[in-house]
Amino acid sequence: MKINKDLAISENGFLFNPATGESFTANPMAFEIIRMLKEGQSGEKIVEWVSRHYLVEKSTVEKDLHDFFGLLRLHQLSVEND
Amino acid sequence: MEKKPYERPHLTKLETSMPGKFGMRREQPPTTHIDGVAVEHLAKTYGSPLFVLSENTIRSSYRKALNAFTTRYPKVQFAWSYKTNYLAAVCNVFHQEGAWAEVVSGFEYQKAVDNGVDPKQIIFNGPAKTREELETATQNGSLIHIDHLDELYLLMEIAANSEHRPRVAIRVNMDTGIYPMWDRFGFNYEDGQAWDALNKIMHSGKLDLMGLHTHIGTFILSAGAYGVAAAKLAELARLLKQKFNHTLRYIDVGGGFASKNTLKGSYLPGSDTNPSISEYAEAISSALINSHFAPGELPLLILETGRALIEEAGYAITTVLAHKRLVSGRRATIIDLGVNLLFTSFWYQHPVTVAQEFSQYREDTTLYGPLCMNIDCIRESVNLPLLQTGHRLVIHLTGAYNLTQWMQFIHMRPAVVMIDTKGNVHVVREKEGIQNVISVEKLPDHLHISG
Repeated sequence: MKINKDLAISENGFLFNPATGESFTANPMAFEIIRMLKEGQSGEKIVEWVSRHYLVEKSTVEKDLHDFFGLLRLHQLSVEND
Repeated sequence: MEKKPYERPHLTKLETSMPGKFGMRREQPPTTHIDGVAVEHLAKTYGSPLFVLSENTIRSSYRKALNAFTTRYPKVQFAWSYKTNYLAAVCNVFHQEGAWAEVVSGFEYQKAVDNGVDPKQIIFNGPAKTREELETATQNGSLIHIDHLDELYLLMEIAANSEHRPRVAIRVNMDTGIYPMWDRFGFNYEDGQAWDALNKIMHSGKLDLMGLHTHIGTFILSAGAYGVAAAKLAELARLLKQKFNHTLRYIDVGGGFASKNTLKGSYLPGSDTNPSISEYAEAISSALINSHFAPGELPLLILETGRALIEEAGYAITTVLAHKRLVSGRRATIIDLGVNLLFTSFWYQHPVTVAQEFSQYREDTTLYGPLCMNIDCIRESVNLPLLQTGHRLVIHLTGAYNLTQWMQFIHMRPAVVMIDTKGNVHVVREKEGIQNVISVEKLPDHLHISG
């Protein structure tokens, strides 16, 4: 999963997709994950990082990340890996 | 390193359409406690799902309603509608407050007697009373509301063979200017059926005609309709006085007042738009006071209000079991409370709140129950925080009809607790187990599986 490179992201979690003209707000966790995806981090790395820094089971993060990737695809904010 | 609290990742799409004319706050504060008792404690102690009743709220709702009527009309009597919620604990709170009992079956009649209600203060409505039930009610001096001619003739037959005179009223249906007009209960006013029935009663000389009753419908959003109903009953009373010199003891305008719940399809919340008890009281009292009755001869006004007195006192605590993302992108959350328990979710958009603090991020969610049935949807769309499995939700305004119409289906029915006025929690109905189901089943010998 890679973030659409044209996506504009502000530091306070505001997202703008110039391809569709749509805007979004990201909660802090979504913002962190998008940041890591932009840096090229894999899903596994993100799960590991989140479960190391937050009070949450790894399995919960995996399920939530799966759901979040679905949201990114739904809103055309991501491009699939080659 | 200390770990930070977790919230699942979420994006909110910003809508740039025109602001709504009726823009409303969508988020609700969490319900962490009910009458001072922690929701989490209740769920852990008594299980989830769980129905919770507030004795404080029952009493305050009753007193507010009584006050709304007694400040406008001199003689008022409430009769608790058993079918709305016939848990003994609920009935007896109302009876302690002074309500009579209004029942619609032999089963409910027996419940009222067992609850300690004076049989003379039981109003027996309903379209399907048996001979035995009518004989018992006659013997006990209960108020029998006659629904049809077959019942009237049966009562005259019972009276002929009894030393007791049945104390009766007739049920009258009528056009009050609302749709749909209910005409299945009682005798019609406009076509003369009601007047015919009254004549039969008076000419028979076997029954004591005590009053007139109507039940114009349910969840009536027009208070004025009750004014029309009261005026038409008052006119029948005038005709009785004029022709037979008979004075009626009471006029019973039934139930059907809307509560604060929001009907499905409504744009604005019921709490903002539905008539208050005072509006109903004003319409009914004005109609009676402005009718022909002399000031000292006003009949007792009986009200069989159910829903509007109990709905607010009921809560359902439920637990999040799972989540999924629907094809449309909408979040779906599965909870442990289904439509078999929350029957009123077919009619209402019940308010739903969370039982713990969350951040400001929220998501439109569909709430599904645990039944393996497509119809098991508690809310098609409700704006909720970012829930995780195990979080508790509180569903509000559930006190009416759910604890009578609920059914054991796929899962067992849960416990019901009542929080008393001092904050003590009482189990008022035990959680059901498999024995409740199989103990009444019989398996024919040839169907036993051996080995």
